[in-house]
Amino acid sequence: MMTRERWNFLWRKAKSRGMTLLAVLCVVLAVAPLILIFSYTLLQGVSALNMDFFIQMPKPVGEPGGGMANALAGTGILIGLGALFGLPVGIMAGIYLAEYGDNPLGATVRFFADVLSGVPSIVVGVVAYILVVLPMNHFSALAGGVALAILMLPTVTRTTEEMIRLVPHSYREAGLALGVPRWKTTVRIILPSALKGITTGILLALARAAGETAPLLFTALGNRFWSTAIDQPIASLTVFIYDYAKAPFEDWNRQAWAAAVVLIGLIFLLSLLFRIVTRQRYAEH
Amino acid sequence: MTGKRIITAPVETTGDGEAILPVAAPSLSVSGRRWNPGDFVFKHLTLFFSLVLLSLVFLMGYEMYRGSAITLEKFGWEFLTTSTWDPVMDEYGALPFIYGTVVSSLVALLIALPLGLGVAIFLAELSPAWLERPLSFLVELLAAIPSIVYGLWGIFVLVPWLRLNVQPLLSTHLGFLPLFKGPAYGFGMLAAGLILAVMVLPIIASISRDVLRAVPNTQREAALALGGTRWETTKIVLGTAKSGILGATLLGLGRAVGETMAVTMVIGNRADISASLFNPAYSMASVIANEFAEATTPAYTSALIEIALVLFVVTIILNAAARLIVWGVTRKFRTA
Repeated sequence: MMTRERWNFLWRKAKSRGMTLLAVLCVVLAVAPLILIFSYTLLQGVSALNMDFFIQMPKPVGEPGGGMANALAGTGILIGLGALFGLPVGIMAGIYLAEYGDNPLGATVRFFADVLSGVPSIVVGVVAYILVVLPMNHFSALAGGVALAILMLPTVTRTTEEMIRLVPHSYREAGLALGVPRWKTTVRIILPSALKGITTGILLALARAAGETAPLLFTALGNRFWSTAIDQPIASLTVFIYDYAKAPFEDWNRQAWAAAVVLIGLIFLLSLLFRIVTRQRYAEH
Repeated sequence: MTGKRIITAPVETTGDGEAILPVAAPSLSVSGRRWNPGDFVFKHLTLFFSLVLLSLVFLMGYEMYRGSAITLEKFGWEFLTTSTWDPVMDEYGALPFIYGTVVSSLVALLIALPLGLGVAIFLAELSPAWLERPLSFLVELLAAIPSIVYGLWGIFVLVPWLRLNVQPLLSTHLGFLPLFKGPAYGFGMLAAGLILAVMVLPIIASISRDVLRAVPNTQREAALALGGTRWETTKIVLGTAKSGILGATLLGLGRAVGETMAVTMVIGNRADISASLFNPAYSMASVIANEFAEATTPAYTSALIEIALVLFVVTIILNAAARLIVWGVTRKFRTA
């Protein structure tokens, strides 16, 4: 004979099981698009990749073949410019937050860094347009670099801060106990200890900046020819993907996938590297 | 922490390891360490760059405010409530773009919130330890894929699938709803909402997971000790974490509102206001992406900059609110 309590208990247990199952279903549904996007991009991209992609210039409209050598160089230059403007500010601000930032000012800077990371990249592009393109009167790699610098700033700052905070306090105390000035302790002991984490974190930030399209559309603009001048419009992988994806030529679509797989591969590898490095750090203490 | 330290030993040493006598006391700072010019310079140098970051946010707002002066003055608040967008006649109203952004973001949240919450619950409460790390990595990777790649996938996979499979099915079975009326283009609000859902899901999932993890274990133990099942325990944890989950949702919304490339590639780019999710629409970010480089008159540029300004203000408010909420929640539990 089953009592009411017994039924109630079984019902509650069944409900719990059902909810667990539902959560598992959510995970499956969430991971499915990732696997779909990832595998489809790989499938399309890897078969489209060839040596030409890396060393050839884009062919005129209608002619099959060619590559994106200029876009690879362009993305490299844009990232370089972004790093040139963004890294010093980001790293120094990160050091401030980690070493001297336990006060209201530090909290404010941290807060604004987080808020800045939520500003849409297209808005950052508009700002770079106002700040650089308007005064110069034409589109340029420089403007694109400024946009990317603003975009990578929050990530670089917060990664630097977090990686410095992971360095055990005993390191700092050892330096100070030997009478080493504080700034020398930071520069000669703390930073080298945090270097692996900071470097991989920054590389990841750079790779993600390389994946930005929106802020480049009306700053760096794009260029079908070889150009490395920073005061001229410059090609980039992402803007090429955008143009080639919309174009009604199968061969261009194919090259868009090839560029996508290069981008995704870069970001995937650096994410993995960052993960491994920070995991080691955690494991040490 | 490494803030102020009191040094009780009477003898200090300089950076060169040379002992100095207590006579040098006047040069000691309050913290007990000898004042070092290098320290002063280094600290203020880092402080300077922090202030650069801080002022950048204000500079951005100011520059866009200045840049949109023409339309701000000419149309005022009507800019946000009228729907004529005519660069030839210099008439600008941003309503269709605002509508497109709001509706596509809401569709995205409607899908991503329950799913993301389910993922967060799984990761924080149910997952076996060995599965958690790779799964977290996968979810975070989803957030790192560039927007343009989502767009590419959207154009070549999602849109044809919607046009050929999903939309005919929806219109035969649910066609009586105004939401699912009209011809199946594939491109449109539905495609934009779906691709946004995929994009904001990792944000909602990973932040909700962090918030759930911050809930003290004593709560779970108490619920289990009272004979609660796993789900009943989770419900209690969810109740504690609900404001944090709201924060995660706002962050996801902020991302959806500002998302540009993927949306531009699938939303159809037509400035219409229509109840049907099948119809092509336009979003604020997309109109900037498509028209900014070609804006020829000062008023046209000003109108587009004003849209960027609105996006900026909205995302700043969403992010600020979300961060404050999430901070409040995690700090409360840390000190508890």
